[in-house]
Amino acid sequence: MKGKKWYDYLWIASLTYLILGFFNILFAWLGLLCFFIPLIIAVVRGTKGYCNRYCGRGQLFALLGGRFGLSRRRDVPRWMKSQWFRYGFLVFFFAMFFQMLWSTYLVFAGTRDLGQVVTLLWTFRLPWHWAYHGTFFSAGVAQFAFGFYSVMLTSTVLGLVTMVLFKPRSWCVYCPMGTMTQLICRARAAGDAPRESPGEPDCA
Amino acid sequence: MPERKRRRARVAQEDCVACGCCVKVCPLGAIQVDRGLYARVDEAKCVGCGKCARECPASVITITEEAAV
Repeated sequence: MKGKKWYDYLWIASLTYLILGFFNILFAWLGLLCFFIPLIIAVVRGTKGYCNRYCGRGQLFALLGGRFGLSRRRDVPRWMKSQWFRYGFLVFFFAMFFQMLWSTYLVFAGTRDLGQVVTLLWTFRLPWHWAYHGTFFSAGVAQFAFGFYSVMLTSTVLGLVTMVLFKPRSWCVYCPMGTMTQLICRARAAGDAPRESPGEPDCA
Repeated sequence: MPERKRRRARVAQEDCVACGCCVKVCPLGAIQVDRGLYARVDEAKCVGCGKCARECPASVITITEEAAV
């Protein structure tokens, strides 16, 4: 354990992101950073550097569940860390994601009206009109923001539930981005020549 | 004279999600994430304190005791 670095405070950014979505839904677009940065690090560097260092959401769970003691600190069930569940959840998550993209497309195309709702857990449609103040662009821009914020809020709620039930960062066990970046790292490692000793560590 | 035992952390690498939570809590820098695949313990540095095992969200780290060489 060493002194804190700037990236140890990224939980503030994650919390701010969630709060901003209550005031102006268009801030939801910023969440794309949490999608692209892990992928870019995994593809370019072949590491899970984002999970290991920069994931503000994981830090937030660690803070709430660890420092604030909101976690029971129990082991996750065996099925939750199994490959079939992790990959299954990844597939399900992205199926829902692409459904959201399709809804966005329909609004862009003018065949569907803008739905000013945030869909929690892919089921519960929560009114969210107070966070929409119009846009200079197409209504589809706002539709994507509502959809993407739904994804982010849903994953936060799931993470909070498993944080309370199990260990603080239980979300990391089945986080779709974590699973996907690990897959990319596996593919990269398989492509590399086998080596006996570990090279430069991902994080120190 | 009683047999001395050494405690070491062991990672079930096939179940490790490579999140790096263990790296953050290790007081000796004895565990690293290798190529985004799994955590790897430096046997020379690890004293088996168990902090990584307690922190691991997937509970894939165990502390083992072995006879000291």
